[in-house]
Amino acid sequence: MPSYTFDLNGKPVTVEAPADMPLLWVLRDLLHVTGPKYGCGVGVCRACTSHLDGAEIQPCVVPVADCADRKVTTIEGLADGDTLHPVQQAWLDQDVAQCGFCQPGQIMAAAALLRQTSEPTDADIDRIENVCRCGTYCRIREAIKQAAAQTSAQTAAQTEG
Amino acid sequence: MERQWSRRRFMVYSLAATTLTVAAPIGCDSSTAEGAERADASARPGVLVTGDDEEMLVLEVTAANRVVVRLPRAEVGQGVTTAVAMMIAEELDARLADVDIPLSDARTRGNQFTGGSNSVGSLYGPARALAATARAKLVTAASRRWGLPARALWTKDTMVIAPDGRTATFGSLTEAAARITRPAVPTTPKPAARHKVIGKPTTRIDARDIITGKAQYAGDLNVAGAKPTVVARPPTIGGKIRAVDDRAARAMPGVRAVVRVAGGVAVVADTFHHAFKAKDALRITWAPGPLAALSDTAVRSRLRAAVPPLGAAPSGSTQVTGEFEFAFIGHSPMEVLTTVADVRADRAELWFSSQGPMFARDDIAAAVGLPASKVKVHVTRGGGSFGRRLNHDFALEAALVSKAARMPVKLMWSRSDDLRHGRMRPATHHRIRVSHKNGQVVAFTHALASANEGAVRDGARAQGGVTSALTRAGRGPSAGPVPSDSGLYNFGRLSGNWGSVELAAIPLGAWRSVDSGTTRTAEEIMVDETARSLGKDPVAFRRTTLRSKAVRAVLDKAASAGSWGRTMPAGHGQGIAVHEEYGSCVACLIEIDATDPKNPRVTRAVLAADVGIAVNPRGLEAQLMGATIDGISTVLQAGLHIDRGAIRESSFADFHYARQRHAPLRFEAHIMPSKGEPGGAGELGVPAAAGAVANAYARATGTKPRRFPLNF
Repeated sequence: MPSYTFDLNGKPVTVEAPADMPLLWVLRDLLHVTGPKYGCGVGVCRACTSHLDGAEIQPCVVPVADCADRKVTTIEGLADGDTLHPVQQAWLDQDVAQCGFCQPGQIMAAAALLRQTSEPTDADIDRIENVCRCGTYCRIREAIKQAAAQTSAQTAAQTEG
Repeated sequence: MERQWSRRRFMVYSLAATTLTVAAPIGCDSSTAEGAERADASARPGVLVTGDDEEMLVLEVTAANRVVVRLPRAEVGQGVTTAVAMMIAEELDARLADVDIPLSDARTRGNQFTGGSNSVGSLYGPARALAATARAKLVTAASRRWGLPARALWTKDTMVIAPDGRTATFGSLTEAAARITRPAVPTTPKPAARHKVIGKPTTRIDARDIITGKAQYAGDLNVAGAKPTVVARPPTIGGKIRAVDDRAARAMPGVRAVVRVAGGVAVVADTFHHAFKAKDALRITWAPGPLAALSDTAVRSRLRAAVPPLGAAPSGSTQVTGEFEFAFIGHSPMEVLTTVADVRADRAELWFSSQGPMFARDDIAAAVGLPASKVKVHVTRGGGSFGRRLNHDFALEAALVSKAARMPVKLMWSRSDDLRHGRMRPATHHRIRVSHKNGQVVAFTHALASANEGAVRDGARAQGGVTSALTRAGRGPSAGPVPSDSGLYNFGRLSGNWGSVELAAIPLGAWRSVDSGTTRTAEEIMVDETARSLGKDPVAFRRTTLRSKAVRAVLDKAASAGSWGRTMPAGHGQGIAVHEEYGSCVACLIEIDATDPKNPRVTRAVLAADVGIAVNPRGLEAQLMGATIDGISTVLQAGLHIDRGAIRESSFADFHYARQRHAPLRFEAHIMPSKGEPGGAGELGVPAAAGAVANAYARATGTKPRRFPLNF
């Protein structure tokens, strides 16, 4: 069986897995990293959303072979130790979650969006396809705006400093 | 003799233990009366009793200063654990962060049923009584330790505090408090006016676990040896296996077992990747299910034909009539149905989210041939439910697979399994006639027909059904009154009737707000059309015809906060609807942009709700928000088609449940101040939101919405 090494949440990991094994099952079943959730297996519901080299991916449709020697970040690796990522902090402040199952994916999608667009418009936020069956969308929108405001305030402070 | 027992009085027991442990029977419907009788007969305040905690709510203060209450309810996102933690923290004067609310395993007795939006209402009395008693004992223990009068002490932040500044954590007092039989301070809960936690918008107690990925659902558990398992299911509903060639699948790497079950062929493997691949390698010949000849058109015409006649209208009256159709819709919680099952020869242990784990345990025990006492069911956090986890068909299947494969399994339904094999809200057809005379409604008649599981496959409810009679005592799909008969409006003579179409093997289930999701939605549309027929404004018409002051108040609140009647651009519209149920009421005002009627966008939602005391207004707002999204989805775009006995949709790519781009850009929920006992709130918003979306669409487009979802 081929073996793949990649960076997972800041630490190198090596797994033996078939080349076509989706990253989602490598994470969940081989590495017991269960933050990314299965919700459809076809890249549609996006409950598994994570980052590959900082960009959004759906690990249920990304084969592990594509991740070799790259950086994989899951919800478990988003915070800086005990310091939450601004998106997580905004999620907490807005009390976004209900059942919580889709929220790791929602947060990773929002973090990827903010990396691309520091001040997302409503239209930008509308393009997020992640399904939330509890219907937390209005709080997600507020949380993204809060995180964007905090991030730009931090950036401004850093620039001045 | 008349029993002098009220919902407000709760006997609290002290259980013999080395740490302070108190218990109260859970007051709810029939089980309240039962608990009451026992309490009246056998217990005096302060009497130590042992055992029998199975049917009670039990509070323990641990030496490590944690307050633990095992909750006999499901947590599926509705926030009940947070609400109960708040009740406990309030009466104990504990820090919310020091309160743990784990979910109870399936019990042997008592009320462990989550449904009908009754959790907060049924727990509000006992939870506060428990905590108030525990607090009194802790204070008494501290007073003895310090030699100070108990009345001089106070409690705060999970501590007892003396006037001289000395403090003792509850944990340090728990052993001594366990021996207190006669507390020296009152054990009665605080009056609402002194509430500091209850009524304060509070973030979920598990929010941090959720946003850091630590929250665990059944599929995330690492139960030793439990192997990933998936099931190959028939293309049609209720299809049967004719022949299986599993040689290729069995020969694949990582495959542990292939077993036949009622629903299909299960593959047990080392990872879900291996399980899915081997499932695809199975060669199965299927016999078509019992509905193989049936498609939507036929279902719809059979439903229409099954609607009972409306009877004669009052003479001399003018009729406003409407017929409404609702498609099947799946529950489709984000967490697909998942069970960890470890069934051995002499015992079984299972982990899954369940709204009725006692029924589940009994059915599983019967199915695997074990006494119920040998089956342990752990209730896990659920990733959504919307009624789906009232049924435990998926857990029963996992138990049978584990037994046949002779190993623990982690059985997960795929999303396509979930959509294609149920369960669903029944499709319905409604015929409503409103009769008016001299500007007054004199009669209101609502007859409907609903799809029905009929003679269900394989030993019927053994598939894990909980009848709707259980979720809605006294109301069900039988001939008889419909919900409108509770009489929201002064509409003269109310009548209704219920027909049904039996569709063998169709997997149905109670869906958030159950019958009201369709019946009350249709009725709110008819209220608008009646107002129009009488030349009245929909809000003004409701104001003059609503029976209840509370409903009028929420209507007024939503109308004023949402600027009812403001000028809207062409293609835009406002809509309003109300609903009253579960001891609560709500009004919803919707603004819609239907410039493109095929792609409408709800731009704004304003809700006002009166649920009695709102334990957690932040959680209540979340429930109203979710219900609004349900209203948007079911009315505008989400449903399931049946094509020749099979569900057409297979993922969120074709099951068009709302996404961010369909959610209102502006959302507000106004919570009415109230001193009343908490009513239900989890399902409350659905009919009002759905009705308001339909009414807004009607006004924006100048059409009469009749068939839902509108864009299907």
